[in-house]
Amino acid sequence: MLRDITIGQYFPGSSIIHRMDPRMKIVLTLAYIVMLFIAANALGLAVGVVFLGLCYLVSQIPLRMILRSLRPVVPIIIFTSVLNMLFVDGQPVFQWWILKITVEGIQTAVFMSVRILCLIAGTSLLTYTTSPIALTDGIERLCNPLKRFKLPVHELAMMMTIALRFIPTLIEETDKIISAQKARGADMESGGLLQRAKALIPILIPLFVSAFRRADELALAMECRCYRGGEGRTRMKQLKIHARDIWCALAVGLGLAAVIALNIWGGFFMNT
Amino acid sequence: MLAIKTEQLTYTYSQGTPFEKVAVDHVDLEIEQGEFVGVIGHTGSGKSTLIQHFNGLLKPTSGRVLIEGTDIWGEGVNIRDYRFKVGLVFQYPEYQLFEETVYKDIAFGPTNMGLTPGQVDDRVREAARFVGLNDYQLQKSPFELSGGQKRRVAIAGVLAMNPDILILDEPTAGLDPRGRDQILGQIKQYHRTRKNTILLVSHSMEDIARYAHKVLVLNHAGVAMYDDVDKVFSRAQEITSIGLSVPQVTRIFMGLRNRGFGVSDSVYTLDYATRELLELLGKGEKGNA
Amino acid sequence: MGDFISADGVVFGYPKEDGQLNIVLRGVTLHIREGEFVAVLGHNGSGKSTIAKHMNAILIPNEGQVMVDGIPTTQEDRLYDIRQRVGMVFQNPDNQIVATVVEEDVAFGPENVGVEPAEIRRRVDEALEDVGMSEYKLHAPHQLSGGQKQRVAIAGIIAMRPRCIVLDEPTAMLDPKGRREVMSTIQRLNRENGITVVLITHYMEEAAQAGRVVVMNDGKILWDATPREVFSHVQELKEVGLDVPQATELCWRLRREGLDLPEDVLTEEEAVEAISKLLEEVRG
Repeated sequence: MLRDITIGQYFPGSSIIHRMDPRMKIVLTLAYIVMLFIAANALGLAVGVVFLGLCYLVSQIPLRMILRSLRPVVPIIIFTSVLNMLFVDGQPVFQWWILKITVEGIQTAVFMSVRILCLIAGTSLLTYTTSPIALTDGIERLCNPLKRFKLPVHELAMMMTIALRFIPTLIEETDKIISAQKARGADMESGGLLQRAKALIPILIPLFVSAFRRADELALAMECRCYRGGEGRTRMKQLKIHARDIWCALAVGLGLAAVIALNIWGGFFMNT
Repeated sequence: MLAIKTEQLTYTYSQGTPFEKVAVDHVDLEIEQGEFVGVIGHTGSGKSTLIQHFNGLLKPTSGRVLIEGTDIWGEGVNIRDYRFKVGLVFQYPEYQLFEETVYKDIAFGPTNMGLTPGQVDDRVREAARFVGLNDYQLQKSPFELSGGQKRRVAIAGVLAMNPDILILDEPTAGLDPRGRDQILGQIKQYHRTRKNTILLVSHSMEDIARYAHKVLVLNHAGVAMYDDVDKVFSRAQEITSIGLSVPQVTRIFMGLRNRGFGVSDSVYTLDYATRELLELLGKGEKGNA
Repeated sequence: MGDFISADGVVFGYPKEDGQLNIVLRGVTLHIREGEFVAVLGHNGSGKSTIAKHMNAILIPNEGQVMVDGIPTTQEDRLYDIRQRVGMVFQNPDNQIVATVVEEDVAFGPENVGVEPAEIRRRVDEALEDVGMSEYKLHAPHQLSGGQKQRVAIAGIIAMRPRCIVLDEPTAMLDPKGRREVMSTIQRLNRENGITVVLITHYMEEAAQAGRVVVMNDGKILWDATPREVFSHVQELKEVGLDVPQATELCWRLRREGLDLPEDVLTEEEAVEAISKLLEEVRG
């Protein structure tokens, strides 16, 4: 059944990470990405891995969720690993015809793979612990200064909210239309590609007609509720930076400092 | 002959997930050929799920569905044949219209059946006649019509498949009294002409009382009652206790009986109520005859 | 006290493709006082929804004038003053809920007019309390039943503290339970909060609950009276495509046969009472 699909990846909970200010979460996720990319050696990267592991532990997101988020990037990782192993010059460990795998190649491949995995798992943590609405809200408020450059920040956020609101409704509607056309003998399972594409018309047209009708009615309802864009608008929920946000920021700052320190003196530890 | 028979029919939504819900629970039901059945039950009683089993849109989790004696999920049975044999009109069916003209939209079902263009044409025109659409309207875009007209086009789209069993899920929802009477009148006329089996799902007890011969009452994913209209509405107390109502005239007669008057306990239409009271008050047909 | 909404000689037509007007309202004069509960009845196409849309300046008359709390609806700079005073609830509950969380949606209106955050919070809680939806405040709209969604939509309107709510067939898409929920909510808002209610409907049982019934046909007002008076015109109501409660029709039919029954029977209990009297006489 189509309606069983859950929207977004939000995994409700009440951990400190769940309760953080979405703005802070977005900023810290960005800081974490920076941390991953400036890490120049294995020790620095290890800090990133441990840090993320701790975050997941605190957030109480189950392990299978992390694995699920990583599954789509596996082909990319295999692909880049193969390229790295084959094309990085250095001391060969294996050679066949013109193909040659080097120690340095393997090192780079592992390093890059870990970095990509951390990147995906890190951003997933943000979407796992933040509801789509809070995420939209956070992005809108972070982008507020961009309004000065005539960027329609409020409008974009509003569109995002309405899309989130209507996705379940439209999924349900699609379900209904498919059933109704099947009841009239529509055949959607057999035939060639062209035939299958044609079989979609009786579903797509009613769906579009209905979406436009809904948009029309919603616009009218919004007008009746005095909506006139972002100007002069207040918000019921005020986002506030709490002590927990400061603590989390400090933790990320500490991690970042550790990575930078390891970049500078890391060679020293590695060589001794 | 039995038009519809179910044996221990059970359907569970989202089986194996935390959202698991039994919507139809071990239902045994037998509906005779040619019956006009009103189906009542509040939202969530399993009505919609049950009727989607009759044309094979849903496959039972367990149990069997037999249409005219054949198990529709049995071996060697083409389920699509039963989509045509059992016509299902969904709620707000006008939202499924998609063709450029009313004619083409009504022709969608018959064309899917693989009929010749000549046969399709006959079917379309006959179905259009039943719901009162003229030739001029057949050439219009369905999106230009009024709400009530669109509804009738969508119903014609199912009638054109010439189903042995016709199921309508709240065909008059959201229509005004005039639109409602028109559509229900046409369905009644269709039944009279075709003598096929009709299942009419409705929230309006007055409509059920006026058009149906039998009533199927669903409650908690199962059948609470299935009997003739007068017998069902004479159990007003039971019906009320499961959160459904009986027609207002039935309630008036209950009120009269509670005051000790010996009026009938199975009055469910205005015509019957008027006759009964006129007779009791000495103005009935007996006096005139 | 004067009229809260007054429509005088309103003529309105929707523009057609050829530039002509398709006239829907043909001179409607209607005055609504503060605190009233008025039902507007009529079949589809009678003009009842069109007159409703004039009450908060969604539509502006081609001829005649509409005033809300003394403000003419043609005064564009006061458009939002009018819309804050007269809120509107539509037929399809799905298409008027904007946010993904119930309480966020109720806050939408007050946010639009720039109410202080703490005050919005207070109003949202109150509004949800008034429609009996407090326990669902953190739910997503698509998890609610039709009747619940419609109550959320009503809460979204009353959080703006309007003095009048216009409801355009709010129960047409609901099941009987949802219908009862919405109707009792409307009743309560009118009685306890003193909000003026204009209910557009084609359900007679709902109109019977109002203090005053306006029947429209072909863009004109046919009757404007108490439910009792209006429903005594059984024959005429049927002619304009409406029906009357079965209790009323039963007594009307019996009266037509020469029985002595009151003309203004509206409810089941009244019918039982009146018929009992006759049966009593026969029994002697």
